[in-house]
Amino acid sequence: MDALLHQIFSGLASGCIYGSVALGLVMIYQATHHINFAQGEMATFSTFIAWSLIQAGWPYWAAFFATVGITFVGGVLVQRIILRPVEKAPVLTNVIVFIGLLVIFNSVAGWLFDYTIKSFPSPFPQQSVLATRYFSAHDLGSVGVMLTVLAALWAFFRFTPVGLAMRAAALNPESARLVGIRVGWMLAMGWGMASAIGAVAGMMVAPVVFLDPNMMGGILLYGFAAALLGGIDNPGGAVIGGFIVGVLENLLGAYVIGTELKLTVALVLIVGTLTLWPNGLFGKNVVTRV
Amino acid sequence: MSMPLLEARGLKASYGPSQVLFGIDFAVQAGQITAILGANGAGKTTTLRAICQMVRTSGSLRFDGTELVGKATESVVRLGVAHVPDGRGTFSALSVDENLRLGAYVRRDRAEVARDIDKAYARFPRLAERRHQQAGTLSGGEQQMLAISRALMLCPRLLLLDEPSFGLAPLIVAEIFRIMRSINAEDGVSMLLVEQNANLALDLAHHAYLLETGRVALSGPSAVIKADESVRRAYLGY
Repeated sequence: MDALLHQIFSGLASGCIYGSVALGLVMIYQATHHINFAQGEMATFSTFIAWSLIQAGWPYWAAFFATVGITFVGGVLVQRIILRPVEKAPVLTNVIVFIGLLVIFNSVAGWLFDYTIKSFPSPFPQQSVLATRYFSAHDLGSVGVMLTVLAALWAFFRFTPVGLAMRAAALNPESARLVGIRVGWMLAMGWGMASAIGAVAGMMVAPVVFLDPNMMGGILLYGFAAALLGGIDNPGGAVIGGFIVGVLENLLGAYVIGTELKLTVALVLIVGTLTLWPNGLFGKNVVTRV
Repeated sequence: MSMPLLEARGLKASYGPSQVLFGIDFAVQAGQITAILGANGAGKTTTLRAICQMVRTSGSLRFDGTELVGKATESVVRLGVAHVPDGRGTFSALSVDENLRLGAYVRRDRAEVARDIDKAYARFPRLAERRHQQAGTLSGGEQQMLAISRALMLCPRLLLLDEPSFGLAPLIVAEIFRIMRSINAEDGVSMLLVEQNANLALDLAHHAYLLETGRVALSGPSAVIKADESVRRAYLGY
């Protein structure tokens, strides 16, 4: 029983990382209907930036927020410089650009920071009253950070004029232009925000899986599974999907298929969701009347 | 005559290789309602899209002294040109209230915006009842009311209306046209109206243009066009 609970809780902890990767994917998908295959590598690169700042003697949280800021700007620049020229190009062109980005970020990270595995500090204390048998302080802290990010995003989209404009630009770009929204910049901001979420996820997962240029490879796959399971057009669903994937992965890994085949769970979930519920569990049905 | 609010000279527009407008001239006088009439495919909708730079255009389009050709759609809108597009262009997944707030997106005078939202609800009480409903669940008439209200939230100097009567029951059309007239008369909003229903449009507009396959076939004060039986028979089909 104890072992089972332990598996579930650690599944929830990794699930929140998958959920936030999924959230970044969903944000970009909603605005452009493209899947950003480079989401994981961009997050890894951001984590390397944080690592360099910490190595340079910055306090953890200063490095954390600086990285989020730098990544936001980086995401905006990637959209403006690399993706805008192919905005109207066919889907496959975009897929190739995304894969190109993936390879570039991966290689540049390896070139600048080399491929040796690095340890990354956790901001949360090892010994803490909050840590229990089932949940380490870092697990609890990263779940807290991710839920805070989610709440902040929700409030941003729900209550601020810019958030509303970003939703409008994603839903109907032509009408958005007709009310004066600069749709191109909204897209770029969406990229910045999705990249920043990825950076947070990278910094939260690095203390657990250790930092190297391929850190996010497997995690990105779980993120895909989470996004599809939750409904690729539903941010809340993506996060819930993340938790489901995290727990499933852990339980199946521990009791059914063994840890070597854990990544297969993600692939099975992706194929299963796409064939059985193409909209995902929480995919939205927009009601229209003609 | 004073300088028109909007003046098009030799306006051409094309979608890819197919040209739709072949150099048309027209003007919208400040404070007036101008109508563009014509059959399907004459280029009426394209004319409105050309003003908002949603289609490739050449020629000249002067709005209160500013050249519109070559500007981004957003920039045209920010000069005070509101467009109710064909198909209404409401954000169907967003609520009525959010649609109206988006209409005022470029404005910074928050208190005034809140007052204008109340004004929109007073003008169309049926929208007030549905303010938290998804716009996509509204009936066609209500969506048209929402589209017009959202355009007015910009405090436009020129309102472009693309077939506001399309697909609506005659009673609803009468209500919408009555309100358009009052918006023009009381709030002084200039309008450029595109309509297939020539009879309705000529009753509302001060001045009208008749388009035929991308060219202006004739123009004049609405009353004159309406009175000319041969024009009516030949072009307007009633």
